[in-house]
Amino acid sequence: MTDAPAYATLKELQRSLEAGECSSRELTQALLDRIEALDGKLGAFLRVTPDEALQQADAADAARRQGRRSPLLGIPLGLKDILCTRGVATTCASRILRDFIPPYDATAVARLRQAGAVFLGKLNMDEFAMGSSCEFSAWQPTRNPWDPTRIPGGSSGGSAAAVAAGFCPATLGTDTGGSIRQPAALCGVVGLKPTYGRVSRYGLIAFASSLDQIGPFARTVEDCALLLNAIAAQDPLDSTSAPVATSDYTECLGREIRGLRVGLPREYFIDGMEPAVEAAVRRAVADLAAQGAEIVEISLPHTEYAVAVYYICATAEASSNLARYDGAHYGYRAAGTRNIIEMYSRSRTEGFGEEVKRRIMLGTYVLSAGFYDAYYSKALKVRTLITRDFAEAFRQVDVIATPTTPGVAFRIGEKLDDPLQMYLSDIFTISANLAGIPGLSLPCGFTAEGLPIGLQLLAPAFEEARLLQVAHAYEQSHDWWRRRPELA
Amino acid sequence: MSDFTRDEIHRLALLARLEFTDEQADAFAQQLTQILHYVETLNGLDTTGVEPTSHALALHSVMRDDEPRPSLSNAEALANAPEQEAGCFRVPPIIQEL
Repeated sequence: MTDAPAYATLKELQRSLEAGECSSRELTQALLDRIEALDGKLGAFLRVTPDEALQQADAADAARRQGRRSPLLGIPLGLKDILCTRGVATTCASRILRDFIPPYDATAVARLRQAGAVFLGKLNMDEFAMGSSCEFSAWQPTRNPWDPTRIPGGSSGGSAAAVAAGFCPATLGTDTGGSIRQPAALCGVVGLKPTYGRVSRYGLIAFASSLDQIGPFARTVEDCALLLNAIAAQDPLDSTSAPVATSDYTECLGREIRGLRVGLPREYFIDGMEPAVEAAVRRAVADLAAQGAEIVEISLPHTEYAVAVYYICATAEASSNLARYDGAHYGYRAAGTRNIIEMYSRSRTEGFGEEVKRRIMLGTYVLSAGFYDAYYSKALKVRTLITRDFAEAFRQVDVIATPTTPGVAFRIGEKLDDPLQMYLSDIFTISANLAGIPGLSLPCGFTAEGLPIGLQLLAPAFEEARLLQVAHAYEQSHDWWRRRPELA
Repeated sequence: MSDFTRDEIHRLALLARLEFTDEQADAFAQQLTQILHYVETLNGLDTTGVEPTSHALALHSVMRDDEPRPSLSNAEALANAPEQEAGCFRVPPIIQEL
């Protein structure tokens, strides 16, 4: 096993494959070996699929010999276990989907498959994407590669940890309230949540349909752009995918940011933040200024309400979406039930984990007769105010810069018994989902103990190119992304 | 807002088709009360005249032509069924004689 392919970027692997320096099979085998050797300690993958991966690698090598060229041809990737993969078990890290084998691919997966990518396996997550630490997976926790006593973030913790550990150059995750950006920050990698509607949600197992969005993790901004190129498109199979033209998201990289206005929302620098996080983010903003960006202090006045709005909207949608798990058509069914109601109740009670039940209960409550107006309607109105805050801010600035999280990766078990504290760790990421705008997290430093810190950038809807341009400009002036965790 | 009681948790669980022991219901009552108190900070905000946002994008209903297209075969549709019989999903009795 060599270290060489492990920390190569997707772009570098592309060049090696193109130059014939290695085959996709060699690359795939090297990464499979690395996962085999090291993932036992981390738990990033729920399922590694070596046979499928090597078949796909061979097919990619054969296609290349026949003259086919595509940016992702033969590139090994990992997929969050919330994305349906035809013929490969997809459990959403839930007992209730333990044996579920999807009969179709999610559109994002199908697009990667058509582009010739190789899938190494399915990545761990919080059950149904409900969590901020990966501790709510029904199967296993995932450990942070930078410190295995700490969580990798969530819900896409496996997707972030796999990239940080050098198991693959890029992965897909999903983000409903920060589930791409928060683990990207805590694992020291780049994570992009595209605009709502930019990437088809078809085949993404639904949590909160008005908030869920698929996006890439990678070690560099350019690699994220390459993945976005492959998955962004309107899709007839998702009526909420947007009829807005996509572009080549690598074109904006390398353009200077002189004159660009960067907003610094005062509500995102709060009491109780870890000082190292605030200091690193402020240094990053100063670096953007040094490159000619204009820093503008702005206000997003309804920020303090975002977590409350989210936990009403997201749980309400979840309680409806998860009503489909009834033990009748697919998924887990409790044994020996005597009538249909008992079958529903016992299958769900035995199949769902505690956090999922907590959210179904909260969602059921806020939608129930007599409480709908007080909670759900009220939250939707405040969602409007939060969306307006961003519209107002983007009249003054081109992008917004904030910390991705108020602190660094916490210890496994630290917030497990306090749901509200766990929810509050998403305080800086949730608003972007409510407003539907794109957000990206990239490394902007490390604490004295060597834990990664994330800078979040936000842009107006469908301005992913601008987001990537600014992120790339920052990334190129540092070598944070070259740092690697020491894996035992 | 009053605090959740054990009975309210059991009533809500019935609506959600979930079951809890009394001990679990007590723990949920305490946690959900805490979360609800937190989300009630929204009550301090005047939203008179504000339109609700149920969706981030201004979307219109999209329709496609109603034309037959290939779909899953019966066998594929049943492949994940917990129980099946005669090409159908098999479930316990829905209507029972009293």
